[in-house]
Amino acid sequence: MTEPTRTSLEEQVLLRIERTRRSRPRVRDEHITLAHGAGGKATHSLIDAVFLDAFRNPLLEPLGDGAHIGETAFTTDSFVVTPLFFPGGDIGDLAVNGTVNDLAMCGARPRHLSAAFILEEGFPVAHLRRITASMAAAAQAAGVQIVTGDTKVVERGKADGCYIITSGVGTLDRPARLSAAAARPGDAVIVSGPIGEHGITIMLARGELDIEADLTSDTAPLADLAAGLLDACDDGQVRCLRDATRGGVATVLNEIAEASKVAIIVNEDIIPVRPDVRGACELLGIDPLYVACEGRMVAVVARECAETALAALHEHPLGRDAAIVGQVNDDPPGLVLLKTTFGGTRIVDLLVGDPLPRIC
Amino acid sequence: MRFVDEYRDADTARALAARITALCEPGRAYKFMEVCGGHTHTIYKHGLEDYLPPEVTLVHGPGCPVCVIPMGRVDDAIHIAHQPGVIMTSFGDMMRVPGGDGSFLDAKARGADIRMVYSPLDALKIAKENPGKQVVFMAIGFETTAPSTAMTVLRAHAEGITNFSVFCNHVTIIPAIKAILDSPDLRLDAFIGPGHVSTVIGCRPYEFIARDYGKPLVVTGFEPLDILHSVLQILEQLAQGRSEVENQYARVVPWDGNPKALAAIDEVMELRPHFEWRGLGFISHSALKVGDRYARYDAEQIFEIPGGRVADPTSCQCGEVLKGVLKPWECKVFGTACTPETPIGTCMVSSEGACAAYYNFGRFTRERVKEATRR
Repeated sequence: MTEPTRTSLEEQVLLRIERTRRSRPRVRDEHITLAHGAGGKATHSLIDAVFLDAFRNPLLEPLGDGAHIGETAFTTDSFVVTPLFFPGGDIGDLAVNGTVNDLAMCGARPRHLSAAFILEEGFPVAHLRRITASMAAAAQAAGVQIVTGDTKVVERGKADGCYIITSGVGTLDRPARLSAAAARPGDAVIVSGPIGEHGITIMLARGELDIEADLTSDTAPLADLAAGLLDACDDGQVRCLRDATRGGVATVLNEIAEASKVAIIVNEDIIPVRPDVRGACELLGIDPLYVACEGRMVAVVARECAETALAALHEHPLGRDAAIVGQVNDDPPGLVLLKTTFGGTRIVDLLVGDPLPRIC
Repeated sequence: MRFVDEYRDADTARALAARITALCEPGRAYKFMEVCGGHTHTIYKHGLEDYLPPEVTLVHGPGCPVCVIPMGRVDDAIHIAHQPGVIMTSFGDMMRVPGGDGSFLDAKARGADIRMVYSPLDALKIAKENPGKQVVFMAIGFETTAPSTAMTVLRAHAEGITNFSVFCNHVTIIPAIKAILDSPDLRLDAFIGPGHVSTVIGCRPYEFIARDYGKPLVVTGFEPLDILHSVLQILEQLAQGRSEVENQYARVVPWDGNPKALAAIDEVMELRPHFEWRGLGFISHSALKVGDRYARYDAEQIFEIPGGRVADPTSCQCGEVLKGVLKPWECKVFGTACTPETPIGTCMVSSEGACAAYYNFGRFTRERVKEATRR
């Protein structure tokens, strides 16, 4: 007897699952675990069930990279990284670029930043000088000023050397507002450069893996690149910009698919990944789609301006390897699908927590 | 990338798929179990099932090493981790596996010093760097990872390191396959045999499967073309009325295995009389413990272990899923009470468990997914 491919009963079960998935996330854990900080499902449910629940207001609710307050974009980000210094950058670059990029992803021109430091007793001042020098250089490169700040010192063992929190404001000079909820069927999905370099660089820099590769972090300010893209397209044609930080490109695409209630279809063989990153990911059993970048963005643009947008990105050094990696469809809503190089298809879901190396 | 891309070529896949379809007897339903979780991972990662005709169903087997660890053992490990002066170490996959009262990640959040390592040698290194601490390695996995645990114990012994021990949960693949073969409701036609395990044990231990149970088994590599090729080899055997053990993964797997690795296991470990598997229950001679000669490296000898047994939840039907009797979606709690965020049963625990894989990648009908990607 031939097995029916799908029975109606299975369809019912799948529908029931989708309803469960879309129900309001609950935080069942009694304690914060590392998974809550990984940017995946655990982070999302924590934000929704704890923070949004407590602070709910119309400016917060879109949960974008920053809030739009009139003509101003406002955002904040905290930075914890081990090691503090790594090939291609340090926690100082990250702290400036991260907040600059969040503003840029709102479509804003970044203007002013604050910087707060939590330092561990015993932390070398020479390291702090090195970090602040990187921050100054990154701020200059991004055209922002660090105009206010704060310092706290905690007892030895109560922090890991140095934590930095930056907030930033930028001006929204363009009439159109970018939003993760603005993607429409037919739109093109662009990735601005090779993915996963920052995350893999950090993993290798920790020295636990005994893998060596000639990789550097991709940390960079994206404001110019984003402005170039927005200038090249008509108002409203660029639907959404997101920097693919924690959780990588896969997480950003899922957030857009969910917010816009669309399907996003991407092609594995077009997504730019450097061979070193691919090799390290193969060895570790990690999917580069989930690995963090600190200088790459995902853009969703109207189909009619996709080529123009791509050309604008190619003109900027940070966008030289930009590629149209996929498109937006109407069905199945909320889902990211990958056409694999092998010729199959699979769903790219949000991870629960950090991508964990597999043992075999 | 060399040595990878040539095993992922779409044109070759299409050619193999055509031969597979041609070999399928119309109207016959074929069920093949891929024993190893690594195969399940490959199948989903590359969307391999798109190439299979509807007659062929792949059933995900018990070969995901973290999935089969019973809850009581996780609780025991967490109990050890909470002892003063203990650093518990394990592989990343182990971090989220739930016990009766939370996972390693939860225990870590409650203050236990639990660290992720990439090899037991990393755990030994931590022991050397922390002479005032007792470093315990939570050893999991089949014969694939058992040799590295054994070699680490031998190294610790040779270097006279006294603050290192192993909480041994290594399991053996053959008794698990036999338990599945002996279940009265078995519905499998053949096995896609594990690749990495076989690099250690070789192909001979599977011969009884073909001989006594009449089921073909093809030892298979982990690239998608390996698996398609293996399906083809199985169908050829079935079409010709043969049941044999074949080695598709000969580029890595020697027929007689790896004698050095086997000798290391023999030297350091011994078979337990029985061991509980999540979803499958107690199976005789299916797991390894640290042998008496190396008792000083056996965490079960050094620490008091509660040894409590936590019964699998009654609503969970993992056993039936593992045996291929039920599909994941046919389980009563699938996708509602049991999800990757809140797994009840073994199959939902790690991303390569049958249910987690289906939940993450198979929730939409292949027709709908294909339709969505065609446009």
